[in-house]
Amino acid sequence: MKVLMFGWEFPPHIAGGLGTACYGIVKGLAYNGVDTIFVMPSASGDEDNSVAQIINASEVTLDTVTSSVDEFLDKVKFVQIGTNMVPYVGEDEFYKLVEADKQRQEEDFRINYGRKYKFSGKYTSNLMEEVARYAMVGGTIAMQHKGEFDVIHAHDWLTYLAGIAAKELTGKPLVVHVHATSFDRGGADKIDSRVYDIEKRGMMAADKVVAVSDLTRNIVINKYGIDPEKVVTVHNAVDFSGRENLNVDRGVKDKVVTFLGRITFQKGPEYFIEAAAKVLKRTKNVRFVMAGSGDMMSRCIRHVARLGISDRFHFTGFLRGSEVQMMFALSDVYIMPSVSEPFGISPLEAMRSNVPSIISKQSGAAEVLKYAFKVDFWDVDAMADEIYALLQYPVLSVYASKYGYEEVNTLKWNNATLKLKNIYESVINK
Amino acid sequence: MKKSICLYFQVHQPTRLRLYRFFDIGKDSHYYDDFANRTIMRRIAQKCYLPMNALLLDLIKRHKGDFKVAFSISGSALEQFDRYAPEVIESFRKLADTGSVEFLCETYYHSLASIASSSEFKHQVLKHKAAIQQYFGVTPTAFRNTELIYSDSIGAQVYDLGFNTMLTEGAKHILGWKSPDYVYTDPMQQKLDLLLRNYSLSDDIAFRFSNRTWQDWPLTGEKYLAWLKAVKGDIINLFMDYETFGEHQSAQSGIFDFMRFLPEVVIKDGTLEFVTPTQAARKLKPVAELDVPETISWADEERDVTAWLGNELQQDAFNKLYAQNEKLALINDPTLWSDFGHLQESDHFYYMCTKFFSDGEVHKYFNPYDTPYEAFINYMNVLSDFIIRVDDAYSNIDTKFALPKAETPVAAVKKAPVKKVSTKQVAPKKDVVKKAVTSTKSEKVVAKPAVKKAVNVEKPTVTKTAKTKKSKIDGK
Repeated sequence: MKVLMFGWEFPPHIAGGLGTACYGIVKGLAYNGVDTIFVMPSASGDEDNSVAQIINASEVTLDTVTSSVDEFLDKVKFVQIGTNMVPYVGEDEFYKLVEADKQRQEEDFRINYGRKYKFSGKYTSNLMEEVARYAMVGGTIAMQHKGEFDVIHAHDWLTYLAGIAAKELTGKPLVVHVHATSFDRGGADKIDSRVYDIEKRGMMAADKVVAVSDLTRNIVINKYGIDPEKVVTVHNAVDFSGRENLNVDRGVKDKVVTFLGRITFQKGPEYFIEAAAKVLKRTKNVRFVMAGSGDMMSRCIRHVARLGISDRFHFTGFLRGSEVQMMFALSDVYIMPSVSEPFGISPLEAMRSNVPSIISKQSGAAEVLKYAFKVDFWDVDAMADEIYALLQYPVLSVYASKYGYEEVNTLKWNNATLKLKNIYESVINK
Repeated sequence: MKKSICLYFQVHQPTRLRLYRFFDIGKDSHYYDDFANRTIMRRIAQKCYLPMNALLLDLIKRHKGDFKVAFSISGSALEQFDRYAPEVIESFRKLADTGSVEFLCETYYHSLASIASSSEFKHQVLKHKAAIQQYFGVTPTAFRNTELIYSDSIGAQVYDLGFNTMLTEGAKHILGWKSPDYVYTDPMQQKLDLLLRNYSLSDDIAFRFSNRTWQDWPLTGEKYLAWLKAVKGDIINLFMDYETFGEHQSAQSGIFDFMRFLPEVVIKDGTLEFVTPTQAARKLKPVAELDVPETISWADEERDVTAWLGNELQQDAFNKLYAQNEKLALINDPTLWSDFGHLQESDHFYYMCTKFFSDGEVHKYFNPYDTPYEAFINYMNVLSDFIIRVDDAYSNIDTKFALPKAETPVAAVKKAPVKKVSTKQVAPKKDVVKKAVTSTKSEKVVAKPAVKKAVNVEKPTVTKTAKTKKSKIDGK
């Protein structure tokens, strides 16, 4: 069996967790006897070729799809995506703007027809345009390799249009994989309707939708109106191969409680601060660290200063590479108070470093982790309680650390991808 | 009687902190960016201190005692001169030898100690006095506090420390209809004479000099003399940063030429005479008491202490720092005292200021950090390490006390009260900060319209220089 997979990034050059997950999936599939053609917008050549055939979309010439751009656009029911977010213009003017934009895009496509398009493969401001172009190139690639694969697999909304194009052109079944939804990225009132539309189109067009947790599965069913029969949960796993736990010389004698991730509303950083202040009222021999950066960072710093705990609450800024391992090695408790988290791989990494973890019940990871402590993200009293207990009662942290370590080692991609393989089989033989 | 002109220059360089990460806490106790400090000091010495000192020496000799200036050089600046540019000390010494230059006393670390703790304030004033005596062989008799910070009670403390003259800002919201161009006294201590900065005429040189969009550009000696003569009053106090000459205002702007000819023009005219602060206080009688119940300074539009203690970041850092005072007094370790002093430098708090929209440009110019938040994080990391060291040293004292024959630690503790009088005074500091901040906010409204104009004019100049300075810092 062979799968044509559309991703957005692949290690070693990754910006988010998607690339890491894709790598784990591809490796796991190989273990289960499924070969992968992995397409990404911009490959740099140092990706691991041994697990999959990697196709760099930036090097593909647009020539085999169709004879005309219009036909192509029609075929994949292409949405015109422009930067049509122009505020404060009248209706007529807006119409003109949109039309002009459409015109420009069509010409653009014509000019680019028969050429290559260099993708940035990053999360930039013209992301929408890249997503659209990725769909065109994706269709081309699917046609070029039509005879080689049995099923198409697309990861997250960035690649859904490519997946749809490939399905429309080849007639092969499509599986879309939901790692995160619009509802996890912003609050419910800040949904980007363009992204939502693409997500919904992808899920509607797919033969099966894979969600990374039951939490995400519910969102897919309730918020996108997808038939529950079609939506399957495959929990994420984590690949620890080639990783040694660091032994770091500690500078501070105090216990360290760590939050690591983007400092955004979705991650619930302010609940962590509130809980920290509560713990500090009871015990002094503890430090709190908020590692990472994000749009809520300044607000959090002010919050900490206002509570008067800034000598015990530290910010590290964005951590790179080995610094993340170092941070785990320095930690005694890890906390992930996310308001909404499709899965959340970081507590698994913490537990792998023998650090007991407290995670919010509103995270996908809470569905699989037995030995993590679970609290509601808003319940700062419970959070403070758990932190205090883990710091003060060594037997508890020893227990959580020992069994947590064993537990995460069982969450292997080999098992998760076996489920994926079954899903592939079910759609191929439909 | 001739009208007096009092020229006073503030010389200060902060001890900039290195990038100190969370991972360094408890491991590395060297806090300072020696490279940046040396580079900046060397640069400013070449551009400002050395040429301007040479110019002043020349002027003093040429006018045979008719031209006089005053300096206040912070202890932090003296330490850096000693380390990176000893020739600057030598050139100041030459100025001191002429007898026409007065050296003022201030807090050694250019700190906010006057707001935090009277014992720490006293300690730093005496330390600075001793440093001036040691370097220049003169005993300061006039005082100027960090950034001209002043209030009635600070004035009274300064008098108790043996000074009869003090410099501060001619803040509009304090003066009201009164003129800054007379000598006043502190209502709590009438023997203390106050000299108030004429900010308008001072800023003409310090901020507006090179601004080509200023209607009075270019400023010439004759034009400036006419303004000085138009002032009704006994004394015109022109107080400014010494770095104005050659650093804030580049040599190409003609600032050195302006200063070369100004004394000549003034002396030739014959209606004005140069005095130093102490001479001014001796010569002139105070006209009235000046009530300053809330703390003022020469910074920003508000002329209060919100540039250093205006937001919660600054207040928390400040409170956490001064909370160490009590333990430090008991430990009495010179290395810890030194770090405590350098961490008190007002600049560290200035970097955390979030007043972006009014005086942000000025703040940015003097700020090695991209955002106040970075400044805060870095400072708190350093402070956390410092607090660990203080606590460790403190627990060592405890164990020494526990030993039956503990002669040395007892002696150390005995010394402490002498240096740091009592620790009780530390306690109310939190209230003081909050009080100072909240109450000055209400006066801000009064002060704003008067000062705003002056500040707006200066902006273009500062932005320009800011870029060059920043790129240089980045360039390291």
